[in-house]
Amino acid sequence: MALPQAKQTVTEERLASLTMPDAGCTRKAREAALERLRQMGLPSRRDEYWKYTRPDTLVSPDAPPAALFVTDEPTMFHEFDRLKVVFVDGVFSPEESDELSLEGVTIDRLEDICCKDIHWAKELYGVLEANGQSPVQHPLAALNTAFASDGVAIHVTGKPSKPISLIYRHASETSDAILHHVVRVESGAEVTILENGPAASRFNKCMEIDIADGGTLHHVRAQGRDHQRRAATHMFTRMGQESVYKSFTLTVNGVLTRNEQVVELTGDDAVAHVAGACVGDGEFHHDDTVFVTHDAVNCESRQVFKKVLRNGATGVFQGKILVKEGAQKTDGYQISQSLLLDDDSQFLAKPELEIYADDVACSHGSTSGAIDETALFYLRSRGVPTREATDMLTLAFLAEAVEEIEDEALAEVIVSRLQDWLARRR
Amino acid sequence: MAALDQTQVKEGVDQETVDAVREVGTYKYGWETDIEMEYAPKGVNPDIVRLISGKNDEPEWMTEWRLAAFERWTKMEEPKWAMVSYPEIDFQDQYYYARPKSMEEKPKSLDEVDPKLLATYEKLGIPLKEQMILAGVEGAEDTPAEGRKVAVDAVFDSVSVGTTFQEELKKAGVIFCSISEAIREHPELVKKYLGTVVPASDNFYATLNSAVFSDGSFVYVPPGVRCPMELSTYFRINAENTGQFERTLIIADKGSYVSYLEGCTAPQRDTAQLHAAVVEIIIEEDAEVKYSTVQNWFPGDENGKGGIYNFVTKRADCRGDRSKVMWTQVETGSAVTWKYPSCILRGDDSQGEFYSIAIANNYQQADTGTKMVHLGKNTKSRIVSKGISAGKAQNTYRGLVSMHPKAKESRNYTQCDSLLIGDKCGAHTVPYIEVRNNSSRVEHEATTSKVDDDQLFYCRQRGMDEEEAVALVVNGFCKDVLQALPMEFAMEAQQLVAISLEGSVG
Repeated sequence: MALPQAKQTVTEERLASLTMPDAGCTRKAREAALERLRQMGLPSRRDEYWKYTRPDTLVSPDAPPAALFVTDEPTMFHEFDRLKVVFVDGVFSPEESDELSLEGVTIDRLEDICCKDIHWAKELYGVLEANGQSPVQHPLAALNTAFASDGVAIHVTGKPSKPISLIYRHASETSDAILHHVVRVESGAEVTILENGPAASRFNKCMEIDIADGGTLHHVRAQGRDHQRRAATHMFTRMGQESVYKSFTLTVNGVLTRNEQVVELTGDDAVAHVAGACVGDGEFHHDDTVFVTHDAVNCESRQVFKKVLRNGATGVFQGKILVKEGAQKTDGYQISQSLLLDDDSQFLAKPELEIYADDVACSHGSTSGAIDETALFYLRSRGVPTREATDMLTLAFLAEAVEEIEDEALAEVIVSRLQDWLARRR
Repeated sequence: MAALDQTQVKEGVDQETVDAVREVGTYKYGWETDIEMEYAPKGVNPDIVRLISGKNDEPEWMTEWRLAAFERWTKMEEPKWAMVSYPEIDFQDQYYYARPKSMEEKPKSLDEVDPKLLATYEKLGIPLKEQMILAGVEGAEDTPAEGRKVAVDAVFDSVSVGTTFQEELKKAGVIFCSISEAIREHPELVKKYLGTVVPASDNFYATLNSAVFSDGSFVYVPPGVRCPMELSTYFRINAENTGQFERTLIIADKGSYVSYLEGCTAPQRDTAQLHAAVVEIIIEEDAEVKYSTVQNWFPGDENGKGGIYNFVTKRADCRGDRSKVMWTQVETGSAVTWKYPSCILRGDDSQGEFYSIAIANNYQQADTGTKMVHLGKNTKSRIVSKGISAGKAQNTYRGLVSMHPKAKESRNYTQCDSLLIGDKCGAHTVPYIEVRNNSSRVEHEATTSKVDDDQLFYCRQRGMDEEEAVALVVNGFCKDVLQALPMEFAMEAQQLVAISLEGSVG
């Protein structure tokens, strides 16, 4: 079917502002992605999964400028021993990064593998993204595959002693970054990947994750303090038998954030937990769009998303549990909740279930409301001042999502960030 | 089902359920009335629209309204977003108007109606006599007759055959007649309200309906009147290749109350037939309307051949403060269902409720749900939806709950549960939740599961066979909704639940 004219124009205008990197072994995948993108066109407000989020500034030829956030506070995860991989405005910075060597893992820069003809990542680059395009399209991810200018390929073969920390620094007010990472966790291997930082004025990130049978990946990210930045991120995860994937995202700032997750459980007995906490104030639009597909027997999936909104902030949640025919004994759970701290904020949700197998237990819940007056009264009657009581209840509300982080030290860091946010907003 | 008759039913098993299971057969209403019909030429165009308008002796403004709707319809596209698939409908390859020849001269009273038509309704269990109770309702004899009267408007293909109890209703000030009659007799009311809840431009099927609707029911309950009996419309599609497009308009003026029932059946045929209805309900201050549907159109045979395409737009507008609407639906028929009875809660403190059972078996597809649009302060809504899929059927709940910024202190509770019987069917939930103020509370819960093995085992252990046991469990699953139905319908619905699932086990 031909694209509507308006969509085609937007797509071609955006493409005109981009050049495909000279790409060695990823060339084929990039060209296929460009073809895909031309067929679907960039998102518009009329698309079903963009009705609650305006994609205009994500698809415009130039990135809208975003002021830098300068602070002397220590950066996120600074207290952890980690392997730092730093990108400044979407470009890998060897000076700021650690040496990319660690036992149990090999890390290559995308630019380097692009010159090689044979590399493991060739089998992965653009593949999971292409698979993930159906039934719901993710055109910005196809654009990413075609035009990503940098990124890393992380190959986990053992159990590295420390987390791999991807740090995205924002240095120019008009930067427009496209990063693409590929991750393969081999059978029995286990790794923690941390991500933090605003990255650029406009950031399009795609991460393809392939977890082999029995592999485990922990993923914790914090999306930076720069308020004016815009981001569209995509994570495509394919999971083998008995593999484990646990992902948590914290978002406290940003005029526009769209986080898409596509998780496919293809091996029996796999476990996927995807969680997110967001706290938004003022001009803040946050969108979690999550698709979990069960295509194997006896898998478990959990989606836990919590949003605290005030001062006209908007929170969006779109999530789907798809259970394919034959994916019996599936245990699927999804919860999306919002806490609206004042009357100007809004929460828009579309939690979906699509189920083609009968021996399953799937449930979802979604709620929205203000702080519980009774709980507040209880705390005040025990001498807790209103503000502190409100903070306490807000943190309690977010706790279910934060609890999805297995590492207690990491969870504590997230909680302290949330406390800081609440303190700043008093 | 012979085996069932010999089953010893043990103590503790609900006798009604067992009877219901015993009575099951295939689609009971699949027969056809052999009656001479009069058709408009096939297809739809401005001439057909004028012809339908002419047949109903409509005034000029009505004809114009229809033509404007038709004009709009030609520019609209068929909606494709629902999770249903069916072969392309050729809108020019069907009849838009069919009426029994004997209805050419409008019968002045029920005594003049063609006996064949009366027999048809008799056979359907809806005798068009002014009797105290509906036939086939067991136990109703014991109820005081006064309280159990039901007035019936019977619609046969494109025309209303007759309306019972009109005189008695008139005494109470209630107007209950066919919409064609209302357009002639009460144009001021129709003009004031028609198209104000579902505008002619609302959606593809509603617009088509606005252009070609042939008949339907009209209800007006004046201020402060509690309608003395239940009102009911029975829709029957009989003619082949004919679409039924009925339009229902219900107005509950200040402080009034009415309970309205709707039933529908169609003969068993190989070809699919189109049914696109519009129901508009206007509820003024302190008024209350209860609208119950048992939809049992022919669902197609076990191979998915034939059946009715049921594309319906139903909406209630709670205009006045403290007004209340309650939708209850049991959807067991139709090959494809596309139906979202909605509530616009405009008045402060108004309430909307939606109770639904949707059962899809064999190749049936149902995409149904509701919209609760909260505009007024302190408005409340409640959604209870039970979807059951069996065979190769697909069943989708699709709903919207929207809290506008001004709808302070409002409340919604949604519960939608799906039950799957067999591993080839699907159950889907697509809720949209939009909250734009913080003093409102919205809660949504959904679950999907299969018939619990323990429960089945328990029933089997007590001597029930598997089908009986499943019917019992399913009836229990639907209880919340069945309880919301008026008694006449609750019984029929309970039986339907069992019938619809026949053959889905084992």
